Amino acid sequence: MRDAASLSPLDRRIVNALQAGFPICERPFAAAAESLGIDEDTLIARLQALREANVLTRFGPLYDANRFGGHVTLAALAVPAERFDAVAEIVNAFPEVAHNYAREHRLNMWFVVAAESVEAVARVLTEVEARTGLTVYDMPKTREFFVGLRLEA
Amino acid sequence: MIDFDAVDRALIVATQEGLPLVPQPYAAVAEAIGISAAEAMARLRRMQDSGAIRRIAAVPNHYALGYRFNGMTCWDVADGDIAAAGTAVAALPFVSHCYQRPRHLPDWPYSLFAMIHAKDAESAEGLVAEVAAALGDLSRGHVVLFSTRILKKTGLRLS
Repeated sequence: MRDAASLSPLDRRIVNALQAGFPICERPFAAAAESLGIDEDTLIARLQALREANVLTRFGPLYDANRFGGHVTLAALAVPAERFDAVAEIVNAFPEVAHNYAREHRLNMWFVVAAESVEAVARVLTEVEARTGLTVYDMPKTREFFVGLRLEA
Repeated sequence: MIDFDAVDRALIVATQEGLPLVPQPYAAVAEAIGISAAEAMARLRRMQDSGAIRRIAAVPNHYALGYRFNGMTCWDVADGDIAAAGTAVAALPFVSHCYQRPRHLPDWPYSLFAMIHAKDAESAEGLVAEVAAALGDLSRGHVVLFSTRILKKTGLRLS
């Protein structure tokens, strides 16, 4: 994994610009490249490199699962230290688990579950409880406050 | 929940892992699912307008960008104050996500979550202090949970 220090000024500008959005048109890379003052081929090549280096985890449409009748939740577990890796393996094995992070707190494992319905998410959480013997703290968002995208690369 | 048909669904499945890095990415996706480029773009625009697509964009890996201190700041805010608190926190330029979530009393009294990202511990602490200042008396207590390891990270799968 690369460090920010190794990102060139051009790569930083690309990451910053494309976090905010990417056009829908016939030649979107050409359009985005033009506003960055570079050419289409250069932008495509840099994006390929940034994807391969995992500086970008995704590039494309970001779908809101909730709008499709799907459901997403954030769930937490308090996992005893000696069982941490085994529990992570159980949780990660569910295809519905999109992200899972270790965090410093008594609730030390936080994972996102996304599925096509509230019931499908509930089934995953019930199954996680059954397989781990741990209580799942279910924390679906009840309200979202919209932020700008101003993270500096 | 919006209306979407089998073609939308095919388009979602074809793009949820990302757009192809070719000069005409929408035409490439359209060809793969057997529709015209114009139709693919029209459908994507419609989904974007309706909010089904939040945006078409690059998602950076905070760790790879040098942001090693990724804190989930969690605040105990009274239900009646949540709109004012959430609006104030979301307005801070360094907050990447801000949500209200249910508390789990007595273990977990926190109802407002805001993600912050910093390159070192000291900056992270400074950002948490800025959130605290923005909330003032609206916060009755808080914790900050830093991630120590990514155990899994994939895109949200719709199909």
